Amino acid sequence: MPTRIRLEAGGAFAAAEDPFTPVADDQDIPKGDVIISLARFQTEGDRLLSEGRAVGVRIEPAEEVEALAYDLPRLSVVAVAFPKYRDGRGYSSARVLRERLGFRGEIRAVGEVLREQAGFMVRCGVDAFEPADGSTPEQWAHAVRRHRHVYQRAADARTPAFVERPFVERQEG
Amino acid sequence: MYQYDTLDREFLADRASEFRTQVARRLSGEITEDQFKMLRLMNGLYLQLHAYMLRIAIPYGSMNPTQLRKLAEIGRRYDKGYGHFTTRTNLQFHWIKLADAPDILDELASVDMHAIQTSGNCIRNVTSDPYAGATAEEIDDPRVWSEAIRQWSMLHPEFSFLPRKFKFAVTASAKDRTAAKVHDIGLMVRRARDGTLGFEVIVGGGMGRTPFVGPTIKQFLPANRLFSYLEAVLRVYNRHGRRDNIYKARIKILVSALGADEFARQVEEEWTRIGVDGDLPDTEIARIRGAFAPKAFDVLVNRSEAYEAAIATDPAFARFARNNLKPHKRAGYTIVEISLKGIGETPGDATSEQMELIADLGERYGQNDIRVTHEQNLVLPHVKLDDAHSVWLALAEAGLGTPNINLITDIIACPGLDYCALANARAIPIAQHISQRFADPDRAELIGELKIKISGCINACGHHHVGHIGILGVDKKGEEFYQLTLGGSGAEDASVGKILGPALPANRVTEAIDQMVEVYLRERHEGERFVDTYRRTGDAPFKEAVYADAH
Repeated sequence: MPTRIRLEAGGAFAAAEDPFTPVADDQDIPKGDVIISLARFQTEGDRLLSEGRAVGVRIEPAEEVEALAYDLPRLSVVAVAFPKYRDGRGYSSARVLRERLGFRGEIRAVGEVLREQAGFMVRCGVDAFEPADGSTPEQWAHAVRRHRHVYQRAADARTPAFVERPFVERQEG
Repeated sequence: MYQYDTLDREFLADRASEFRTQVARRLSGEITEDQFKMLRLMNGLYLQLHAYMLRIAIPYGSMNPTQLRKLAEIGRRYDKGYGHFTTRTNLQFHWIKLADAPDILDELASVDMHAIQTSGNCIRNVTSDPYAGATAEEIDDPRVWSEAIRQWSMLHPEFSFLPRKFKFAVTASAKDRTAAKVHDIGLMVRRARDGTLGFEVIVGGGMGRTPFVGPTIKQFLPANRLFSYLEAVLRVYNRHGRRDNIYKARIKILVSALGADEFARQVEEEWTRIGVDGDLPDTEIARIRGAFAPKAFDVLVNRSEAYEAAIATDPAFARFARNNLKPHKRAGYTIVEISLKGIGETPGDATSEQMELIADLGERYGQNDIRVTHEQNLVLPHVKLDDAHSVWLALAEAGLGTPNINLITDIIACPGLDYCALANARAIPIAQHISQRFADPDRAELIGELKIKISGCINACGHHHVGHIGILGVDKKGEEFYQLTLGGSGAEDASVGKILGPALPANRVTEAIDQMVEVYLRERHEGERFVDTYRRTGDAPFKEAVYADAH
């Protein structure tokens, strides 16, 4: 079974087995847990879910995650596609999923997913990764933790600089 | 000036160490040049015609003498002894070796400088008023907001892979020295009738292939809601801006396609959803504001006897004073503009020795404050009138006393085909040639304000669209030609210039400028600048003069 890198509750990154099969629109649906396109979910989602399996939806950059708003409690995974690393729409999709739509399931980055983007993705609420550059969980964790400080509030729990400063200043006294 | 604290410094150190490992991976062959490109472009390192170019951020064009000395030192040690100040108030070194780049970034970090987000499709260096904190015109200090934006945009997790690059300008004066209306976002500080501070928000201006003067999408944004609003603008752009064509990917194309009203409506809707969670706490703005509190100015009278005496006895200084000294808000002080447009020189270039001299002057006479203008000059914003003559003498001796601010020889030019891989034609030699033609300072003063801006290609780094006279280099079957545009402006009277006629060969350009200047001197009414006359008469007399021979 293929693996992906998961951000675990304690903040560690680990390789985890992936029970989901990604299914293209022109493929038949196999047995077990699947990740399908938004269009396919809209026509076949109810049936697949009624079969008792876990279903995930793959969101392309041009698709609006808001289309999933009412379905999110039924979804195990939203796979946010980054067909090119340059295409940054997925970062907005992930933030909207976490911060506005309150999605608590797995947000998985798929496509041209590179180590250099790891920190940005985690900050936007992504918690599972299919790296395209062969990164190991250790390399991934290292890239994510590269910066001790961040300047913005985002979808993760990190403390932005403007909150952190008074404490740092006090320590330096 | 803003002072970096431990946190800002650790941030830069982390970034520099990250880049060092990336360069090591490239040098060892672990990653290819193509894979490395994305990494180096996130750190301002470009591969140009002859070498790597490193673009160093000078946030809102503001630096201290220590920083300028460090730039001088880097120029001497790693480049050819000079640097180039750009229209984004950055500094470029054009002859960098890849293996040196990590050391240079460490050197920069040691003085709180960096090259982060000086390239790539992200939020770039913020432009602000080079007279901030010194001019009586401003209703607030725009550096406060520029610094807050710098921090907010630094490695922004959502907005680091935008459809295209994204540039801010912040101004708080009626006289716009930032070209705010031709930026992706222009913020103009306003005060409501009840005294509340806020911004007029202009979105979707720009130059390049498709120039636009940006429309106002919000007349008055309360200052404490700035960051949620910016997040809304950037999110609408990130999600809906075009990504299929690099030339249609800037926000101006989205704003123009949707229409300003519809774009504003979408932003408003997004802004409502974001709510106050997206805003910076007032305490943080107050902290940043504290860093820009005015230094202790001496209490002086308006009239400086030393200054008046120097004016009366030294005509060259008097000329410098007329053109390069600008009024300061405090009695007995002046703003000194230092022209990097010496006659026949490369616009924006400064040698390491010149940078060191300016750093010294800034330290001795200028409250440790040095600015870069988007017109590629430097500014000492707080000089006592009593000291102005001494400052000028030192500048003049170093070849920095050219008295031509805003005059015909104060030309903006991009690096052009002499350096840049994108250029179609050279820009620097054209600027030098024009500059030499108008070397007579009496004639230049007689002509008055005339902004010539030269770009070596349609990307318009030389801002030709907003030149009173714009010059665009084009390639015609392997030969360099130059298209003239007239009537543009990047200031508060912003407009996009209109093409005058067929492009001219390089050897006709200076003559054409001269012919147009003659038309202006003949046609002008009392008090009219070149651009005012052009706007009144239209292009007919100018066309007639330039293309008469072609009939």
